[in-house]
Amino acid sequence: MGRYVARRLLQMIPVFIGTTLLIFLMVYALPGDPVRGLFGDKGASPAVLRSLRHEYGLDKPVLVQYWDYMRGMILHFDFGTQVASGRPVTDILGDAFPVTLRLAGMAFVFEAVLGIVLGIISGMRAGKAVDTVILVVTLLLISIPIFVLGYIFQTVFAFKLNLLDPSVSDATDYSQLLMPAIVLASVSLAYVARLTRTSVAENLRADYMRTAIAKGLPRRRVVGVHLMRNSLIPVVTFLGTDLGALMGGAIVTEGIFNIHGVGGTIYQAIIRREGTTLVGLVTILVLVYLFCSLIVDLLYAVLDPRIRYA
Amino acid sequence: MPELTKSADEATKAAAGAAAGATLPEPKPEKTRSLWGDAWQDLRTNWVFVVSAVLILLLLVMAAWPGLFTGADPNDKDLANHYLQHPHYGNVFSADWLGYDAQGRSVYARAIYGTRASLLVGAGTTVVVVLFGGLVGMLAGYFGGWIDAVLSRVTDMFMGIPFLLGAMVALNSFTERSIPVVIGALAFLGWTQTARVMRGSVITVKSTDYVQAAKALGAGTRRILFRHVLPNAVAPVIVVATISLGIYIGAEATLSFLGLGLNGVSWGNDISDGGNSIRVAQFIMLYPSIMLSITVLAFIMLGEAVRNALDPKTR
Repeated sequence: MGRYVARRLLQMIPVFIGTTLLIFLMVYALPGDPVRGLFGDKGASPAVLRSLRHEYGLDKPVLVQYWDYMRGMILHFDFGTQVASGRPVTDILGDAFPVTLRLAGMAFVFEAVLGIVLGIISGMRAGKAVDTVILVVTLLLISIPIFVLGYIFQTVFAFKLNLLDPSVSDATDYSQLLMPAIVLASVSLAYVARLTRTSVAENLRADYMRTAIAKGLPRRRVVGVHLMRNSLIPVVTFLGTDLGALMGGAIVTEGIFNIHGVGGTIYQAIIRREGTTLVGLVTILVLVYLFCSLIVDLLYAVLDPRIRYA
Repeated sequence: MPELTKSADEATKAAAGAAAGATLPEPKPEKTRSLWGDAWQDLRTNWVFVVSAVLILLLLVMAAWPGLFTGADPNDKDLANHYLQHPHYGNVFSADWLGYDAQGRSVYARAIYGTRASLLVGAGTTVVVVLFGGLVGMLAGYFGGWIDAVLSRVTDMFMGIPFLLGAMVALNSFTERSIPVVIGALAFLGWTQTARVMRGSVITVKSTDYVQAAKALGAGTRRILFRHVLPNAVAPVIVVATISLGIYIGAEATLSFLGLGLNGVSWGNDISDGGNSIRVAQFIMLYPSIMLSITVLAFIMLGEAVRNALDPKTR
């Protein structure tokens, strides 16, 4: 087990380097300049531009910049400086991440709990009316783009029914985040429900299920232990990789509901072509994604005793 | 019962596969035809397939000849037709049927004319993704070893970057965002899923008897790959591609919504514009949204129907 984790961690290193280098190259190879962006249409003298570029290290070759950046990040936990505000990127991350983490966490709970429950109900009654309704609703949720869903929720629940606040204040309470979290979770929820349904419907026919029922085990135990443990493996895989996706995918949801989280910061960084801020944010997202997929693989062994990591 | 049909299926598959391998000079392997033939029999009577296929045909006609559906020009602006003047639902198919947007353009005409951009982006991205991702996945799966190790790690790298975010970074550097540019941005990070599916599928096919037989008979690598492996491994890729086509159309609209999408008439742009006047005139946003959702739905339904038809377990 320990050796497996160590090997997986080692394998992460090239992927981590590759992904960060890729996003770094994307930001820097593409035209545009954050320093020029500081001055807007007025422009500035070439000497000022040059000295500012020098200050931020933007005049060095891309690979040198990448090396400096990664070294600063790993050795000094220094993610660079946001050009537009002059604040260190770690400050900005510190402001934005808790908000997005709360939003994504709430969405994740919705997605996991509701998705699995709906999937089990649907899978246990495959072919019945409940199943058809759940299948149709989840298909609709997948098809309606998230920004449309966001506007529908906002219009119906906030503007027409006056039940909820249309946008989120800086306090970002859980009650305010409820609606955005549901919207953010919707698509993944539908996927989880459909995945669980397929898995449950398939495993219901398995031999061990018949054995468990024939042994006279209580239904609660047959479904709760025998069926669940076997059906949840693909669902756990999806959920694991989805937490990172929820955080990265929050751009649209955060925009609609005026949440000042990672999504909004990423959007601003892209529009202003701020390499350092963007790379810092994406680095964290990549780390979240990599660790989630490691945890998923370790969970396999818990769910399926046949899988053992030597 | 399902167990029985499954094993019978596999037996015929293996037999047909072996036959195809043994009679090398005949290029048409018996097996692919029977698998797809079976699937076709299944699909013809499946209402999900029929409905989605009819919808997609209708959308294709709409994309090719939008003039058939409306006489109005989607770019005609007349501020006299302000959006506060609500839709005239009685005037079916005319310019004012679904009302006008904030700039006085016909919502109906724009909903029809937006079809082309969405379908082109969806189809174009899918083609690029299937060709490139399929090639990477096939090479990684078939050759294994260090080729697989390198290609799989590269796939992991591209997969680590959130899809929408990467597309936004790429698109932000273009001021003139034409359809090929958007296709490139979506395909740049989109190919990874296809590569993974293809790799897994090729690994399964690689160890089958008919591939071994072809190898034993001295068939070249290229022949084995394109005549034996590819036709038998491509089914799951087609399913994923069909579903992704819908997803890419949604992604294009999302990018337009964020202000980083296509220039010109597109549902995403219209939904984004409509969002600005959502408190006073919801209909501006509603109709492009409906068109968009129906299109995405049609492709996802088609993909799922094909998947079920190709999967012997669901028979």
